[in-house]
Amino acid sequence: MMTLVYPRESLSAFSGHLAPQYQSSRKRAPQKPLIIMPHTLSELTGPVYGHETVQPGDADLTRQHTGEPLGERIIVYGHVLDEDARPVPNTLVELWQCNAAGRYVHVVDQHEAPLDPNFTGAGRTVTDAEGRYQFLTIKPGAYPWGNHDNAWRPAHIHFSLFGHSFLSRLVTQMYFPNDPLIPYDPIYDSVPKESRQRLISSFDMDATVPNWALAYRFDIVLRGRQQTPMDSH
Amino acid sequence: MAGITPSQTVGPFFAPALTPGKDYPWHQPIANDLITPDASGQRIRIEGCVLDCDGAPVNDAMIEIWQADASGGYAHPADSQRPNAKFTGFGRAGTDAEGRFSFSTVKPGAVAGPDGKPQAPHILVAVFARGLPRHAYTRIYFSDEAGNSADPILALVPPDRRGTLIAQREEKNDSPAYVFDIRLQGENETVFFDV
Repeated sequence: MMTLVYPRESLSAFSGHLAPQYQSSRKRAPQKPLIIMPHTLSELTGPVYGHETVQPGDADLTRQHTGEPLGERIIVYGHVLDEDARPVPNTLVELWQCNAAGRYVHVVDQHEAPLDPNFTGAGRTVTDAEGRYQFLTIKPGAYPWGNHDNAWRPAHIHFSLFGHSFLSRLVTQMYFPNDPLIPYDPIYDSVPKESRQRLISSFDMDATVPNWALAYRFDIVLRGRQQTPMDSH
Repeated sequence: MAGITPSQTVGPFFAPALTPGKDYPWHQPIANDLITPDASGQRIRIEGCVLDCDGAPVNDAMIEIWQADASGGYAHPADSQRPNAKFTGFGRAGTDAEGRFSFSTVKPGAVAGPDGKPQAPHILVAVFARGLPRHAYTRIYFSDEAGNSADPILALVPPDRRGTLIAQREEKNDSPAYVFDIRLQGENETVFFDV
């Protein structure tokens, strides 16, 4: 079994629990000091969901209903890596998003945009032996939300990943390059400046499929690196 | 060395993709019943509420748990011969309109601690919610375990806050329920860990 270490310093890439400009965090973010603790076997292990978890087609969000969803068909793909840039193979990647009009199927979403009967907006896949994943979906729309006056979320896709342990667990959001809404988004903005660019996918002309779909690449780096001799002291 | 991808909030709309219910499309659910036919040990339920700083229920949180089996072993897919091989040790639950969540599982055994001494039985918890830019880590301990007083992780927690990590046993029907409320902020805020 691979032994990885999870340096706490790497978490400086994350927002703190409280992100004041993001209103929902004010009443929910933990405020008392976090308790620093060593990583025990409990933290260093984690669930494994492999290829038996997914069915063929789970990664194609355009074919989950009788017809095809409306919107711009896109390929979203990338590598899942650890902090040493080594691939993370056979790990579950879950994805969810709104439709092309900016509406989620979730009952709580009452944005006045049409639901698409041919689009649920949920996908699953497992990375291959080289840590690669790929989804076929449609480009999500922007939508308004109540955070502040005339607030709009930039187009984004939610990702959920497991990796090698409970410490590598990650839920994040992928954005699209050159989206003019990104600078106004307090959720994107909650991330430290040095690392927030990592949330923006890149347009990849080489991965497009002519007459079929554009392509965006989103590589994801999870916590975890190989133990170096220094760490054992 | 590559910089890690930042965490972002799970938001309010994860349920159709992540937690079984309306519109959930998956054949292999990731759900809140961890019990498998081969799982040894005592069947228990974990029940609780997620609350904000005003004590208002958080009705759009997702709780994930990770635990050892009854013998103190963590699931490892490469070892299909071990006892409880089908027990994954992982569960996921969304909160309902009243902020409640629950799990059916078995009570975990003691596992090794940082210096080889045993840790008291515990379950790891990750809390995700709208308003949390990153998930919060906590632990469930059990009110009827004598080993709590010697647990090396509980010992790191100021004594007046340890109680927030200890699920209280209640007798319900045929199996015990352990009540574990999660107070995200405010008075009696649950202890969260920097891991």
